[in-house]
Amino acid sequence: MNIENLTICTAAEGLRKRAFSSVELTQGILDAIQQKDGPINAYLTVDAEGALKQAAAADAARSAGLDNDLLGIPIAIKDIINVEGQPCTCASKMLEGYVSPYDATVAARLRSAGAVFAGRTNMDEFAMGSSTENSAFKQTCNPHDLSRVPGGSSGGSAAAVAAGTALAALGTDTGGSIRQPASFCGCVGLKPSYGRVSRYGVTAYASSLDQVGPMTKTVEDAAILLQALAGVDAHDGTTSPVEVPDYRAALAGGLKGLRIGLPKEYFIEGTDPEVMVHIRKAIDDCAKAGAEIVDISLPHTEYATAVYYIIATAEASANLARFDGVRYGHRTAAPESVFDLYAKSRAEGFGTEVKRRIILGTYVLSSGYYDAYYGRAQKARTLIRQDFTNAFKQCDVLLTPVAPTAAYKRGEATDDPLKMYLGDIFTVPANLGGLCALSVPCGMTHDRLPVGLQILGPAFGETMLLRVGAAYERLRV
Amino acid sequence: MKYLTTIGLETHVQLKTATKMFCSCSLKFGEEPNTNICPVCLGYPGALPLANREAIKLTVLSGLMLGCTINKHSTFDRKNYFYPDMAKDYQITQNTHPLCLGGGVTIQTPNGPKLIRINHIHLEEDAAKINHYGQFSGVDYNRGGTPLMEIVSEPDLSSQDEAMAYLQALKQILVYTGVSDCNLEEGNMRSDVNVSIRPEGQTTLGTKVEIKNMNTFKGIYAAATYEIARQTYALTHGKVLVQETRRWDPDANETQSMRSKENAHDYRYFPEPDLVPIALSDEQIAEWRSSLPELPSARRIRMMEEYGIPEYDAGVLADARENADFFEATARLCDKQLGKIVSNWFMVEVMRLLSETGKAIGACALTPAALAELVTLADQRVINGPTAKELLPELFEKGGMPKTLVEARGLGQVSDTTALEAFVQQAIASNPKSVEDYKAGKKAAAGYFVGQVMKLSKGKADPKLVGELVARALEQ
Ligand SMILES: [Zn+2]
Repeated sequence: MNIENLTICTAAEGLRKRAFSSVELTQGILDAIQQKDGPINAYLTVDAEGALKQAAAADAARSAGLDNDLLGIPIAIKDIINVEGQPCTCASKMLEGYVSPYDATVAARLRSAGAVFAGRTNMDEFAMGSSTENSAFKQTCNPHDLSRVPGGSSGGSAAAVAAGTALAALGTDTGGSIRQPASFCGCVGLKPSYGRVSRYGVTAYASSLDQVGPMTKTVEDAAILLQALAGVDAHDGTTSPVEVPDYRAALAGGLKGLRIGLPKEYFIEGTDPEVMVHIRKAIDDCAKAGAEIVDISLPHTEYATAVYYIIATAEASANLARFDGVRYGHRTAAPESVFDLYAKSRAEGFGTEVKRRIILGTYVLSSGYYDAYYGRAQKARTLIRQDFTNAFKQCDVLLTPVAPTAAYKRGEATDDPLKMYLGDIFTVPANLGGLCALSVPCGMTHDRLPVGLQILGPAFGETMLLRVGAAYERLRV
Repeated sequence: MKYLTTIGLETHVQLKTATKMFCSCSLKFGEEPNTNICPVCLGYPGALPLANREAIKLTVLSGLMLGCTINKHSTFDRKNYFYPDMAKDYQITQNTHPLCLGGGVTIQTPNGPKLIRINHIHLEEDAAKINHYGQFSGVDYNRGGTPLMEIVSEPDLSSQDEAMAYLQALKQILVYTGVSDCNLEEGNMRSDVNVSIRPEGQTTLGTKVEIKNMNTFKGIYAAATYEIARQTYALTHGKVLVQETRRWDPDANETQSMRSKENAHDYRYFPEPDLVPIALSDEQIAEWRSSLPELPSARRIRMMEEYGIPEYDAGVLADARENADFFEATARLCDKQLGKIVSNWFMVEVMRLLSETGKAIGACALTPAALAELVTLADQRVINGPTAKELLPELFEKGGMPKTLVEARGLGQVSDTTALEAFVQQAIASNPKSVEDYKAGKKAAAGYFVGQVMKLSKGKADPKLVGELVARALEQ
């Protein structure tokens, strides 16, 4: 068993053939974490005992004749997804010591499939950030170059998958938080369409944008994980009743006859030329494999980042109000009044970036400013959504870069939040449009840093997305 | 100078649902603090709300009863404010697209009927209850998340008396529709009272003062009375009123300032992204409309016609839906001409038992079928009136059917002339004095003999027949 190279798919095969047990596989992951996570810091907490117990139960279930793709497979979980009895800090001092009283729907679905919870991964505090440097607890490093960031906010999940300390992981994506770290760390990251996967039990950053998705080594693994996660949830009224197709069945489809759109607004000055070389190469490869390349325009793209930071922070300002020191989480010592309790608990519990976004969100919703900011942002969001609707009349998927650069040095972007926000330019439109989007590795820079290719599909078009992703992945082998 | 009063009411009504507005916690009153709670109503990280369909239905039913237009596309919003009674530190409510628009309530005033218009009705969640314990305070989240319907009136009320009439009418309609118990002690119906006055002749409304969270009608009356007097005093003494929120202190019998308009909250309302809009089809609304009960006023008129009962009876019965339902079910099982008799039985005998036992008609063992049978047995003179009245408490308490009891106990009326004549002779023989009285002209003495015969028959004799037999015997 070579833990580092195992995927969900190959591990499941090993388990089926009794080449190893889930306990052995899980122990292998725990050992890998022990040996390799030291400098990387992908994980915040690991419940080894609990994981081995789940693994033993999975082995027993298999002996009793049960089988499915995730039975006995260890999966790392971003520390924003509630798992009963486990911490869920959201990488914030605010929730240090907090123990979840319930399972998120995605956790419950993995649990019922017999998956093992390998450990909880680091992230930007409350998913606010693109480098995982906003964690209150640890600095996660990019396994390809420890001096660089893993991306964010799901940087821990991406780093663990890339370092081989996780077979696969769950991340969340509000404006690129799955795709950008996947791109920076060289793994596959899928942001499902809004409403495809339940948000119940996932600590909310921006409710109309958040989605949980898989971060894996292969497109096939992403399909397997999505299959387990997707579908309507009685606890989340925003999940869609659209039928969940067989995602794996779509993987063999190939590129022939597909129309691939290139939105001109995504091929602009300012993107690292080395990144562009790999993106262009990927497009050429797809064309050679039989895809038709179509030029597309998404005219409202330039507003996306501003719209995103208004809507996301507005929703966050309300979503994060509940962290008030009254019922759970950090509570200041000896407050003088109830409002003193709020002010001090929140001042002490939240980090700088979280405070910045709460203040921004509070501002854009304020009486007298609402129409100018939040109101207009909602209108612009509608236009951005229409851009995509029109685009997908002309093509099956869109290909773009995931991020303007490969992984940058730690500390480089922390002093300039605006620069960091602009790094989200290619990823936020998918969230605003409710689309699905996939990040797949498409090459390495001269510094040996991964570059990611983004494939965008229409809402509930995951099948097409995975088909293109898998076909492209096969071209690269 | 004469001042005119303007009052508008924002009335929060607790809906009669089994579970909370956005989670499946139960809604029992008077449980131990913090026992009906879950991650959703405690605002735990990641928990999401789900709208209670029953609460939506009850709000729509209320809207239909009050003549509102039902909004087929309505949405929820977040109202942001920090306070421990709101677990999420925002309240889910309806700010821009409420479920019901327009409508109104007709009240009776000394000048005749008056329509009090409704601006809108929206649905929201209630806050938790804060209890103060000397040095510290506790929050009981059992009430947090209770479905509340807020009925916002137009400022159409011109006195505290009209406000009372409006609230009484509203309460009657809501209880009648079955959407709320409107139990004031349990805080089922709470109002914010907006009061302003203006000089007669002035068309624009005066400065508005809001008195928050009043949960008794008496308190609302007292607070409005105080506020009108306070504002009148201020204006007649050249003072300027400020737009503000005040609270009623029942001990001091006065309103006290809470906050002025300048210090009003900025609630930063925005659409609730966790809940999809409520979409109601015409078919759905039509189906709900067809399930509506008759309004009391319409029912009163119909019952008068259908059962031939007097207006007074019809009014009393129609006032309480349960009673009217019981009466109608009973009357429909009886001969058509017995309507007035059934009404007499219900209004006198049954209502006396209800008031003696403190029970509601639904909580006693008496069924419409049993009462109908009892009334019919008496009407057909199978049993006499006193026997029927004696049987009622037993039927009320233990249930069962009167015919079974009558047969089992041989309570059937004695109409056998031979048997009764023997009793008459026995009575005459043992009371020679009364016979003399009768013969001396005291015709009332006949009543005495009837009583004696009834006693001898153990109450089962047909009193009318006994009267005839006694008269005949005495004349001989
Ligand atoms: Zn609850």
